[in-house]
Amino acid sequence: MIDKEFNGVLVFAEQKNNNIHKITYELLGKGRLLANKLQCELYTVILGPNNIDLQELIYRGTDKIYHIVNDVIFNKPDELVYSENLVKLIKEIKPEICLFGATTFGRSVAPRVASSLETGLTADCTDLLIDDDGKLVQIRPAFSENILAHIISDNYPQMATVRYKEFVEASRDEKRSGEIIKVNSIDTHNNLVEVLEELLNENINIADAKVVVSAGVALKSSEDLKIIKELADLLGGEVGASRALVETGIISKSHQVGYSGNRVKPNIYIACGISGAPQHIAGMKESNIIIAINNDPSAPIFNIADYSIIGDMYKIIPKLIKELKSNN
Amino acid sequence: MTIIVLIKQVPDMEKVKFDREKGRVDRSSAGTEINPFDLNALETALQISEKTGSKVIALSMGPPQAEEALREAIARGADEGILLSDSKFGGSDVKATSSILSAAIKKIGDYDLVIAGIQTVDGDTGQVGPEVAGYLGIPHISNVESLKDYSENSIEVVCNVWEGLYLKRGKYPLLITVTKDVNVPRLPSFKNKMKARKTEIIKWGYEELKEVINESQLGIKGSATRVKKIEVPQQSTRKGKVFKDCDNETISSLISIFKENKVL
Repeated sequence: MIDKEFNGVLVFAEQKNNNIHKITYELLGKGRLLANKLQCELYTVILGPNNIDLQELIYRGTDKIYHIVNDVIFNKPDELVYSENLVKLIKEIKPEICLFGATTFGRSVAPRVASSLETGLTADCTDLLIDDDGKLVQIRPAFSENILAHIISDNYPQMATVRYKEFVEASRDEKRSGEIIKVNSIDTHNNLVEVLEELLNENINIADAKVVVSAGVALKSSEDLKIIKELADLLGGEVGASRALVETGIISKSHQVGYSGNRVKPNIYIACGISGAPQHIAGMKESNIIIAINNDPSAPIFNIADYSIIGDMYKIIPKLIKELKSNN
Repeated sequence: MTIIVLIKQVPDMEKVKFDREKGRVDRSSAGTEINPFDLNALETALQISEKTGSKVIALSMGPPQAEEALREAIARGADEGILLSDSKFGGSDVKATSSILSAAIKKIGDYDLVIAGIQTVDGDTGQVGPEVAGYLGIPHISNVESLKDYSENSIEVVCNVWEGLYLKRGKYPLLITVTKDVNVPRLPSFKNKMKARKTEIIKWGYEELKEVINESQLGIKGSATRVKKIEVPQQSTRKGKVFKDCDNETISSLISIFKENKVL
């Protein structure tokens, strides 16, 4: 190991109700590559109750887990409490790189941590590598995804948030061993912001779906959503929607795909009656295969589709459903 | 009470051109507008102001021409506009930008709520809001999707965070970032347009801020990150196969695509 003031790659493991967010394993996958290149250790920090199962983090390549323990304060999204605890630990262990998932919570906590440490933070990275000087090159899209910027940090730790589903998960090895270090939490208990309750929310996981069938404003009524749902079910997928359709009230926001909704990267994306506004395309253009159905031959969605079907979704989808059913 | 809204003038993203060979963004190729999410931030401030009689200050950092964005904010209902502009501020990253904005907010001094859009469409980081809160040493609530209740002391909001929707209550001073779902921004009114033409935009440079910030915290010197290279990626090439009829052949082609990609 090289002796320097800042050493080690630290991954923030986000947990909710004792479930570790899957992005953590992707961060560990990339973190392992960076740590090998830098010949340093891979650390994970997790904030949560005493009884949380941490074994998986070791199987996935962590050398040292810093478990900041508290049975109460980490069970709600309280950015102040999380960042105070993270800042204290980072000041003590001085990692040279800190990686956070670019989840809604990661994107809210990491900037607070960076400002407390007076260091830089690069948002939404899609790739990370080490250059010849041993510096972290952080690659991220900007200008509404039109450019890719390569960013270098001059301060330490070098901090970045990383997009979900960009990196391969760390491989799993049950023979691996690692160390768990319990850390006392600090609870300033200031109540400046109170988390009153978690509201009921439709629990759909569109970001993880292998197939997404999305509808746009060509869909006339909520009744007609049935055919979209049926097609999605037959393909083992989820239902998505354009922002325009969400705004009509036909479908809830949790289904929205786009720049300000969910970003999806399924194996197959089927856009039904979606014209393809830039804000929609930003959320689905990384899909493996894009199939677009639209009766307007000049719809911009066709510019990015692998398969363009010019026609009426109300005719095509029922035929497709019938064929899929007879295939089963 | 006083509400400060953070505003950024951005290029019109539908018109801006990207030079693939030189790896450059040609900002002059497009007009400018207020960052769309900032209009939701301004509307949030105006709605709170209507009930509480608050003063709404629009605050922006940018080149001298960003004054237009502040005039537009006044035309839409803000009371005042403050522009932070100085060649020393040029080249600021998230850290330096947040330090300068928070210094200006400290100079304003008497404030209760700071509202920012969830992100800008050019920088795209979504980090300036929470970092400003960090440098001010005040709490923040991110991704506010709706306002439930507000008074002169605190605000109750629904925010989308931690894979869920949470009801949070924050006491002032507080910073919140808002999404597009929080409201529909109003248009400029005739009366306010007249006012915007007459109102003097306050301009602060380093001289005006030096009691609240060090020169070493500004611009490139105050930045912790730098852009080493810009790539303008090729749009990914797609197969682009077109089916013009929804006949049986189209349907069976789709079925084979599903099979090839192992979803059936």
